[in-house]
Amino acid sequence: MEDDAPVIYGLEFQARALTPQTAETDAIRFLVGTQSLKYDNQIHIIDFDDENNIINKNVLLHQVGEIWHISASPADKGVLATCYNKTSDSKVLTCAAVWRMPKELESGSPESPDDSSSTTQTLELLCHLDNTAHGNMACVVWEPMGDGKKIISLADNHILLWDLQESSSKAVLASSASLEGKGQLKFTSGRWSPHHNCTQVATANDTTLRGWDTRTMSQIYCIENAHGQLVRDLDFNPNKQYYLASCGDDCRVKFWDTRNVTEPVKTLEEHSHWVWNVRYNHSHDQLILTGSSDSRVILSNMVSISSEPFGHLVDDDDLSDQEEHHQEEKNKEPLQDSVIATYEEHEDSVYAVDWSSADPWLFASLSYDGRLVVNRVPRALKYHILL
Amino acid sequence: MATAAASGLGPGSGPGDSPEGPEPEAPERRRKAHGMLKLYYGLSEGETAGRPPGSDPLDPIDLNGAHFDPEMYLDKLRRECPLAQLMDSETDMVRQIRALDSDMQTLVYENYNKFISATDTIRKMKNDFRKMEDEMDRLANNMAVITDFSARISATLQDCHERITKLAGVHALLRKLQFLFELPSRLTKCVELGAYGQAVRYQGRARAVLQQYQHLPSFRAIQDDCQVITARLAQQLRQRFREGGSGAPEQAECVELLLALGEPAEELCEEFLVHARGRLEDELRSLEAELGPSPPAPDILEFTDRGGSGFVGGLCQVAAAYQELFAAQGSAGAEKLAAFARELGGRYFALVERRLAQEQGGGDNSLLVRALDRFHRRLRAPGALLAAAGLAEAATEIVERVARERLGHHLQGLRAAFLGCLTDVRQALAAPRLTGKEGPGLAELLANVASSVLSHIKASLAAVHLFTAKEVSFSNKPYFRGEFCSQGVREGLIVGFIHSMCQTAQSFCDSPGEKGGATPPALLLLLSRLCLDYETATISYILTLTDEQFLVQDQSPVTPVSVLCAEARETARRLLTHYVKVQGLVISQMLRKSVETRDWLSTLEPRNVRAVMKRVVEDTTAIDVQVGLLYEEGVRKAQSSDSSKRTFSVYSSSRQQGRYAPSYTPSAPMDTNLLSNIQKLFSERIDVFSPVEFNKVSVLTGIIKISLKTLLECVRLRTFGRFGLQQVQVDCHFLQLYLWRFVADEELVHLLLDEVVASAALRCPDPVPMEPSVVEVICERG
Repeated sequence: MEDDAPVIYGLEFQARALTPQTAETDAIRFLVGTQSLKYDNQIHIIDFDDENNIINKNVLLHQVGEIWHISASPADKGVLATCYNKTSDSKVLTCAAVWRMPKELESGSPESPDDSSSTTQTLELLCHLDNTAHGNMACVVWEPMGDGKKIISLADNHILLWDLQESSSKAVLASSASLEGKGQLKFTSGRWSPHHNCTQVATANDTTLRGWDTRTMSQIYCIENAHGQLVRDLDFNPNKQYYLASCGDDCRVKFWDTRNVTEPVKTLEEHSHWVWNVRYNHSHDQLILTGSSDSRVILSNMVSISSEPFGHLVDDDDLSDQEEHHQEEKNKEPLQDSVIATYEEHEDSVYAVDWSSADPWLFASLSYDGRLVVNRVPRALKYHILL
Repeated sequence: MATAAASGLGPGSGPGDSPEGPEPEAPERRRKAHGMLKLYYGLSEGETAGRPPGSDPLDPIDLNGAHFDPEMYLDKLRRECPLAQLMDSETDMVRQIRALDSDMQTLVYENYNKFISATDTIRKMKNDFRKMEDEMDRLANNMAVITDFSARISATLQDCHERITKLAGVHALLRKLQFLFELPSRLTKCVELGAYGQAVRYQGRARAVLQQYQHLPSFRAIQDDCQVITARLAQQLRQRFREGGSGAPEQAECVELLLALGEPAEELCEEFLVHARGRLEDELRSLEAELGPSPPAPDILEFTDRGGSGFVGGLCQVAAAYQELFAAQGSAGAEKLAAFARELGGRYFALVERRLAQEQGGGDNSLLVRALDRFHRRLRAPGALLAAAGLAEAATEIVERVARERLGHHLQGLRAAFLGCLTDVRQALAAPRLTGKEGPGLAELLANVASSVLSHIKASLAAVHLFTAKEVSFSNKPYFRGEFCSQGVREGLIVGFIHSMCQTAQSFCDSPGEKGGATPPALLLLLSRLCLDYETATISYILTLTDEQFLVQDQSPVTPVSVLCAEARETARRLLTHYVKVQGLVISQMLRKSVETRDWLSTLEPRNVRAVMKRVVEDTTAIDVQVGLLYEEGVRKAQSSDSSKRTFSVYSSSRQQGRYAPSYTPSAPMDTNLLSNIQKLFSERIDVFSPVEFNKVSVLTGIIKISLKTLLECVRLRTFGRFGLQQVQVDCHFLQLYLWRFVADEELVHLLLDEVVASAALRCPDPVPMEPSVVEVICERG
């Protein structure tokens, strides 16, 4: 069907930051932050109309600087955090702040897209995450299951846990830890595990992956030389508590069982340049999305290490309307680990990919030239997984 | 005519014509005459001789026929012939008649003398016979007289004769009795003297008699005595038997005697085997002692020799003696012997195998093969003797096992040799680096490795070939003719080695310590070339060599050359790709560090090309030299001779279009994007880590692509001041000047460098590019 075709949206500026609006579970909505040194940066709220295959956008000004990282609160649709560059004469400092978007934009705009350009709105600053003592902010991650009160930020070699108080208007540094060692240690990326009652965070610095316990802010595991070169990103399997995926400059995607850190469970080497982003599908953890600076997005099916290695266990709601299909499809042979699709719509390096929080079969990828592409999991595979 | 002649005989030889002289047909006529005589005397078999075949003998008109009728003949003549013919026949007839007459006369003359002498002889014989008759009469008389005398003497001697006969019988009896009475003492004496054989013979002779007459008290006593002595004898024999000191033949004798004494064969046979076992176990023990825990065992040849002569020889003797002695035991006995041989043989084999296991590490195949040959040969004798024990089969199995292990050992050896070569190469690569001279010997090193591996392979083949030599006794076993050659040598050794070589080489690509680059890149390059050489020539050469030396008769499937070649090629490709990655990584790290650690916002106006860029160019040149030692140049995309000039103009003109001079265009960000996107539409997508081809240009292109892409990504992560941007501009121009010559398509370098500068411009809040002329000046100066 024609709605399998990718939908492309172009931004005027370079862009690296992409996140789904995590708290939104009905509408497909992504937030994109731009990078421009000369103009006011923007946050584009991209609404994707699944039925009509149309993109609606709203633009928010983000005047404090170019956006390097963006993340949305899991509890409040209107709250997001950004990491941005503050450029003074001869210094660049990356700061982080929590923002609230105007109320009417929280759940999509009623007005038509062409109006929005005239009435560009601004973000409301909730609080700064004060990093004067800690250095450049690499990323901000929200506690995934919580009430949007806890965030972790990574600043150079520090890992900082903040408590947002007074309806997020005040950020209090609850605890912190720092990485000691020779050389300039710098965190590149971090993710908050949805398991273990949200007490674990994993970070990447150089070629090493580390797990942290947020209660004590102490290291719980460490995967030295996880990748041959810099680790760019990591993600937790949403359904298997010890599984973790990482990617990096050695063009590989590796899957780890954190109980055995000596060997990766599996390694993928499909990209021909650095892999910047890896994301597990939130519901079907065999679907892995990776974005790379070879301008490709690859969707892989890692059945063998997923939580459903023998296919989907029958859900009640699936059964109700698909019962007759289910019977005949049952004797299909199980899928092997494989690359499902390689998406080549981008012309420049892809620095961000993510799944929609509302539709598990839909994802967006963002390349440096500001091109946002919304794609879907191929229908055949979707039905294969569902039925 | 014959009848006419015969009838003409009667009136005598009247015609009296002179013989007609020597006519030419004389011999024929004589024969005719003979024929007629024969006819006359009724010798019918001769009658066909002179006659024309087919003529009827009963024909009355035939002149020579037996039933010739003159009247009819005349009638016929008169009736049928004209006068002239009659006249002719008449003269003819007359002539013939005359001839016959003369013949007759000749015959008579010839035979006359013979008749006379015959008559004389007969007369003389009559006289002689008469004399003989007289003599015969006298002889008859004399004989009668002799008969008479003889009868009389017989009658006279009759009496004496009977008595003599009786006496003789008594004498014999007495002698027997005497023998019996003396038996105990004799036996004792024999036993004392040790003449057991004699004693047993005596006993054997007396036994039946004594048995028969045992009801008589005196015999009874003798028998008792004898039995006592015999028992003692038996005991002594057993004693001797048990002592076991004496050799197998003596023991066999003992057993034979004991059997003759009527000892139970079953028991003896057991005991015999027990003793034989003892002796053979001694042999085994001594062999085992030689094995010993301490290493200085005799060499394997000596060991198998000793085992062969000691144990196997002993076993042969035992088996032969046993079969001779206990042939009566039938299949049960044979079974026992077989079990016996099997058990001891098994232990012997275990010892031999232990010894052979010690030999496994050794390098001398010829000695081993000779030892195995002897071992196998020696076991053929008992094998034939004791087919049921399966010794020969077991021996063959051992030999096969050893051969297999040997193959494994050689494979290990080859692997070790290959690894050794690699270690040597590593050292050689590490050494010159200390003195600052890099890689001049790469080609020689490659040649060294290749030749050393090849010579090892040949040595192994030669060593293994000994197993199939014609003079070796086991070489015609089916295993050695078929499976050993194809599965063992070809598949196991050669193909196995090539596989393992490829795997070893590939393992360098997968090494987890990828970051540190534990493998020197030159080694990767060298291995890659080695594998490629294997693919093009060496593999097929080695396999041809193997197939020639080991004429494979086995039909089992073997790995085709093409599969191995494909594997080698794949390995070479992976190694080269890995080489590109490693070298690319080295340069990338350099570039990355240089971009990441610099403060680009507060940098000063560029005066020089940064040192790191010169370093990059130097390293690239070094790599170019290194790769050039082993790989061919490869093809470049054709460029015009003044390409550097032209591309430079493109390079600078693209800049003049304002791609990173946004101040000239009102809606700068849009245009920048648009322009770069449009440009990308027309340029091919650059696959950064793409597979490389086997040539220098492709390798260098790969390395440079990786490096420049890294530079691009790093630049995008930084923010540049005006001078920062200008420094990037200078650096890129410098790279542009020196890197284009290394790559297949220089357009690629331009594209990537353009993109670097464009990105830097985008990451600059105050993008004021440097004048191209100034850039050129700086680069030329630097």
